[in-house]
Amino acid sequence: MKLLLKIWRQKNANTQGKLVEYVVDHVSPDMSFLEMLDVLNENLVDKNEEPIAFDHDCREGICGMCSLYINGRAHGPQTGVTTCQLHMRSFKDGDTIYIEPWKANGFPVIRDLVVDRSAFDRIIQAGGYVSVNTGAAQDANCIPVSKQDADKAFSAATCIGCGACVATCKNASAMLFVSAKVSQLALLPQGKIEAKDRVLNMVKQMDTEGFGNCTNTGACEIECPKGISLENIARMNREYLVATLSSEK
Amino acid sequence: MTKIDSKIPQGTIDKKWSDYKSHVKLVNPANKRAIDIIVVGSGLAGASAAASLAEMGYSVKVFCFQDSPRRAHSIAAQGGINAAKNYKNDGDSVFRLFYDTIKGGDYRAREANVHRLAEVSANIIDQCVAQGVPFARDYGGLLDNRSFGGTQVQRTFYAAGQTGQQLLLGAYSALSKEIAKGNIQMYNRHEMMDVVVINGKARGIIARNLVNGKIERFSGHAVLLCTGGYGNVFFLSTNAMGSNASAAWKAYKRGAFFGNPCYTQIHPTCIPVSGDHQSKLTLMSESLRNDGRIWVPKKKEDAIAIQQGKKTGNDIPEEDRDYYLERRYPAFGNLVPRDVASRAAKERCDAGFGVNATGQAVFLDFAYNLKYKYGKTEATKKGIHSPTEQQLYDLGKEVVKEKYGNLFDMYMQITGENPYEVPMKIYPAVHYTMGGLWVDYNLMTTVPGLYALGEANFSDHGANRLGASALMQGLADGYFVIPYTIGDYLADEIRTGKIPTHTPEFDEAEKIVKERIHFFVNNKGSKSVDHFHKRLGKVMWDKCGMARNEKGLKEAIEEIKQIRQEFWKEVKVPGSDTEFNPELDKATRVADFLELAELMCTDALHRNESCGGHFREEYQTEEGEAKRDDEHFAYVAAWEFKGNEIQPQLHQEQLVFENIKLVQRSYK
Repeated sequence: MKLLLKIWRQKNANTQGKLVEYVVDHVSPDMSFLEMLDVLNENLVDKNEEPIAFDHDCREGICGMCSLYINGRAHGPQTGVTTCQLHMRSFKDGDTIYIEPWKANGFPVIRDLVVDRSAFDRIIQAGGYVSVNTGAAQDANCIPVSKQDADKAFSAATCIGCGACVATCKNASAMLFVSAKVSQLALLPQGKIEAKDRVLNMVKQMDTEGFGNCTNTGACEIECPKGISLENIARMNREYLVATLSSEK
Repeated sequence: MTKIDSKIPQGTIDKKWSDYKSHVKLVNPANKRAIDIIVVGSGLAGASAAASLAEMGYSVKVFCFQDSPRRAHSIAAQGGINAAKNYKNDGDSVFRLFYDTIKGGDYRAREANVHRLAEVSANIIDQCVAQGVPFARDYGGLLDNRSFGGTQVQRTFYAAGQTGQQLLLGAYSALSKEIAKGNIQMYNRHEMMDVVVINGKARGIIARNLVNGKIERFSGHAVLLCTGGYGNVFFLSTNAMGSNASAAWKAYKRGAFFGNPCYTQIHPTCIPVSGDHQSKLTLMSESLRNDGRIWVPKKKEDAIAIQQGKKTGNDIPEEDRDYYLERRYPAFGNLVPRDVASRAAKERCDAGFGVNATGQAVFLDFAYNLKYKYGKTEATKKGIHSPTEQQLYDLGKEVVKEKYGNLFDMYMQITGENPYEVPMKIYPAVHYTMGGLWVDYNLMTTVPGLYALGEANFSDHGANRLGASALMQGLADGYFVIPYTIGDYLADEIRTGKIPTHTPEFDEAEKIVKERIHFFVNNKGSKSVDHFHKRLGKVMWDKCGMARNEKGLKEAIEEIKQIRQEFWKEVKVPGSDTEFNPELDKATRVADFLELAELMCTDALHRNESCGGHFREEYQTEEGEAKRDDEHFAYVAAWEFKGNEIQPQLHQEQLVFENIKLVQRSYK
């Protein structure tokens, strides 16, 4: 396949970026999208041009590092996959592909397609944990957890923190990300002790980081590579309301 | 010659650790705050160690090269984590886990360390559950288990096919909790470039800020390397793209011995290579061997027809299939350890029975268990008395989907084939390195104050790691071992005071780092970093991979030297050193792989025996099994750096087996 790529190039956070055109040839349908970019980068290095910077690491859809906005969709045209799991058989010869970074106030661009997502870390630091120190735990089977709750908590916990939900949302809201962690811990007995403070603090941090509000468009759920459900946002809203009304602080 | 002392405590095996804990030196809480600890790497070992040490009161700094500590490659572990809980009432115990691990490692691990690992395994599960890790549960609300290779009990705890992710996020949450309290300073997108050693003790690191290229100095009373393994020497492996050996290699060059570098694990169930563009290989969890049966055609003509695309796996009738693991190893069947399964696959493919275009693949087939194990049970549950084949398939598919759904989806994404309908094709790939920095019982390297945890050390898996034991070891080291053992060293550091970074040793280390980086960005060579990395990978896979021999290893050493020379002449790194420059990051890592690869071959060449993942073709039994030489090689090979382009010096730590009898490993 031969493809025309229009890729966002930006030297650093303080300079203006623009779309630059590249042609890449001999693309095999078995290549992953990132392998196609590897080929382009090899070519650029050969021509003494600077390769395109993009984030990636595990290349099996679990680390959450890859983050491309492809033809106007987070992680490209397929649903339920990250960019690194997207394969070129999803495209055809002669296609033009637009490749842009995540665009959101909370995610400033570092270079080209690489953005700074440390806001997510700070939200987790605001309360996305159970305050149990090493060595203080009792036997793991002391508190049974219904399979239904455990499964729901697991589904929420599969969030990889890639930021596709934010990139997709027209308000650049981080509600899906935050609610996934709030839900996971609210559903488990271990997380209940700190549930009220957790939701209040995490939501506060989310607002501080400059993420927008949720207007229930549901785009985040559709683009989430792990299928995190909107139900989590509903649960977080409920948790938030209860916490606001009943918190003793 | 430096004498190596493993510092194994006295006493019987089951008392060593508890006695040690009762007598180890302590640091009082007031003194801990004034002690700085540097942790490099934020995977299971790094995050759990950092969180635990910070909780105890130490001042901790953590470094990771990714954009967040949550991305460390522990996250990609799929199948599970072992623990001797015996929740299944199937006879598991600390001793059995200890025994299985020593045997699985082909009797090349240190008894005392492995026993300790088995002892703390149960605490890990408790800790993780308390953190809110959502392990799989049964309908009664209690934790579920499954089997893994090399064991006959069910002791593996799991969270679908994403156990590593859930455990890492648990450790990351503990890390985040301590960052929020100000007990940990986190440095994302920072790579360690060198260890600083002052008066024989590790006193800090030089790190590079990957965003702006700044070289920075950090001091500490102890440095913990939790930087994972070196599988990416092979270019193609299941490791993440950024996984690298540089921290361990820099430690080696500063005096830390490297243990058993030739022990690499080739995982039997990975998705086969599809072409030259391939950047990495994807693992299909070992847990699939619970329900997937591995086979190739019995008849060569069938294999050839499949290779040519004229037949598929489904066209081969049952009687013409060779379930070679079940045939060769009836007691363990498809659940033999990884090294055995990998070699058996290679043996069949080398004999011409491979099942894809390149002849480098075998089938992993779920059809039988899907229909007759799960389908039948579900039919019985639903009261369907004589179900049709289609009903069995439909019912079984639902169960298989729940157990392995994400793995099947992943397979489908990559290959474009549906494993619910056609058998998966798999082939072995580089996955894990048992070798690593040599450490004593305290997890300290031969450089005082410098520790290595998790995959970065050599310690617990001998010559072959059992499935679901990497997560166990990483968390054991971080949560339950280092918090005790580090006190033994730091108790003598309470009067040291803050360590300055304006010393000649820091100057020297920084100068070396800067010179190297300066070289890369100014060397106007003609070939990319990947060009050299791919060539290195091919030499290593062909000559220091699943099977090795004297001639090949000698050739490999020469070829590596040649690639290295050419690299330093011809490597091309575009861009500058004061900006975000991933090509430069790669160059610094590949430069180290090019040296480490030679040490791996040197070690493989000296070890004139086969054991676990190290298979020397000259040393095998008549049935083609690994043949150990306990008389001459029951030791850990610890290599000491003697200078660039100079033969390293070998030190031997004799392994003493007081509790387990050395026998030939048998899974028949």
